[in-house]
Amino acid sequence: MRALLFQDPDSDPTAVRAAAKWASATLALSFLCLLALAAFASLEYNWNWSAVFKYKTKFIEGWLLTIQVSSVSLLVACIIGGLSALSARSRFLPLRYLFKIYVEGTRGTPLLVQILLIFYVFADAAHLENRYVVGVLVLSFFSGAYVSEIFRAGIESIGSSQLLSAKAIGFTPYQTFRYIIFPQALRRSLPALAGQFANLIKDSSLLSIIAIEEFTLNAQEVNTSTLSTFESFFPLAVGYLILTLPIFHLSRRLEKRLAFDS
Amino acid sequence: MKLALENLSKSYGQHQALDGLDLHLENARCLTLIGPSGGGKSTTLRLVAGLEKASGGHILLNDKAVPCSEEELRDYRKSIGVVFQSYNLFPHFDALTNIALPLEKVHGVAKADAQERAYELLARFKLADHSRKKPSELSGGQNQRVAIARSLAHDPELILFDEPTSALDPEMSAQILDVIEELIQSGKDCIVVTHQMGFAKRASDYAAFISHGKVAESGTSKDLFDSPQSQELRQFLERELKY
Ligand SMILES: Nc1ncnc2c1ncn2[C@@H]1O[C@H](COP(=O)(O)OP(=O)(O)OP(=O)(O)O)[C@@H](O)[C@H]1O
Ligand SMILES: [Mg+2]
Repeated sequence: MRALLFQDPDSDPTAVRAAAKWASATLALSFLCLLALAAFASLEYNWNWSAVFKYKTKFIEGWLLTIQVSSVSLLVACIIGGLSALSARSRFLPLRYLFKIYVEGTRGTPLLVQILLIFYVFADAAHLENRYVVGVLVLSFFSGAYVSEIFRAGIESIGSSQLLSAKAIGFTPYQTFRYIIFPQALRRSLPALAGQFANLIKDSSLLSIIAIEEFTLNAQEVNTSTLSTFESFFPLAVGYLILTLPIFHLSRRLEKRLAFDS
Repeated sequence: MKLALENLSKSYGQHQALDGLDLHLENARCLTLIGPSGGGKSTTLRLVAGLEKASGGHILLNDKAVPCSEEELRDYRKSIGVVFQSYNLFPHFDALTNIALPLEKVHGVAKADAQERAYELLARFKLADHSRKKPSELSGGQNQRVAIARSLAHDPELILFDEPTSALDPEMSAQILDVIEELIQSGKDCIVVTHQMGFAKRASDYAAFISHGKVAESGTSKDLFDSPQSQELRQFLERELKY
């Protein structure tokens, strides 16, 4: 029993036996569930799962849209982030500063503010009518700034001795980038990039305020029609976790593999 | 090789790494550079390799001046091979690719031929079984042999070694020094920066003692090691030979 709940004091702190892991995690989870049940008992909450269950397609549609919006945004963010990270090495200085201002400005303001500003001001001025396009663009630009920093760190992690070596061999700057910097920087960026994807999925919930029918907005609508708050929002949280937990797990595995390789 | 370093200077900001360095060799096979730490040996080597531009002076290799424009420098570098202290193989490629890729991309050799040539070289350095291993899966000595093989692959007219054995244990350094000596005997010109005085004396025909950014003393390695003229060189050699 003791062995299931306590870590063996002699073993290394990161190594825990599988049985102990499961037993302890289950115990912790049961404790949380119990706490939640007690809270509802004291609220004398009227459960109404059936009313919410009728809206299951709404949940699924919203969930799928969230995946779509996040995936497309990640793709565009990678392109923007890549260009931005490259421009930091450009010899044309105005370009460098353009992207520097973009990165600092984006990282320094809340996503919500960016959504409002772009949706109500810039999109209007540019006659962008499709709110989904605007939503994806906002998310892409927002995420692109972080991706840019991820790529930049990856590029800068390539040691100067390798660059000197590439130069001595006779590689052109382009070849050095193509064969030496890029493959290694990309590999080193992958864990952080996966984490960024999970963030993107969570951040996309803010698009609900410009009436994009993603997961969060749909759950809000279900709540409005059924007045069953918990039953509407609990699936929402679970839906996000189903996406983010595996991605965070993947990110950690990539990180470990990287640490093992180098 | 015929080598002339004329009034060579190089500064890094305020710091004068080379300060009017002069050296003239008519017909050398192997030149070793010795001297105290920070004296300017690596800087000299980087300038001869065309990796950095001198702040002043000229370098003539076999009567051709080392060019100044980046474009021409790149062509010049293709005719040189460089081996650094810390191997500097590319960690994401296996041994074979480390050698074959530059041949293919820089020297325009067809892929199959480049790989064949790389494999031949690895075999020559007793690394045939390790051709598909990455640098992290090879020992320091094996890595250094791959690095030497890479520097040889395009048949350069001159190979530069910057302390090729100082990251290795004595057993492995002996191996590497044997490899270099073999290269010299097979007729390759080279310049070696080294702290291995025994090797310098035996394998090289010329030697230069570089201190405070100048050639303080130079000559045939026999003269330099057997009858050092300056007090500074005598002291340096004494200290180096003590351990
Ligand atoms: N990239 C650089 N930036 C600034 N200073 C440098 C740079 N490279 C070399 N130096 C300076 O130039 C001087 C000569 O350096 P160099 O590396 O040529 O010495 P060295 O003779 O090779 O010494 P060691 O035996 O320690 O390798 C040193 O004082 C060093 O600090
Ligand atoms: Mg040095």
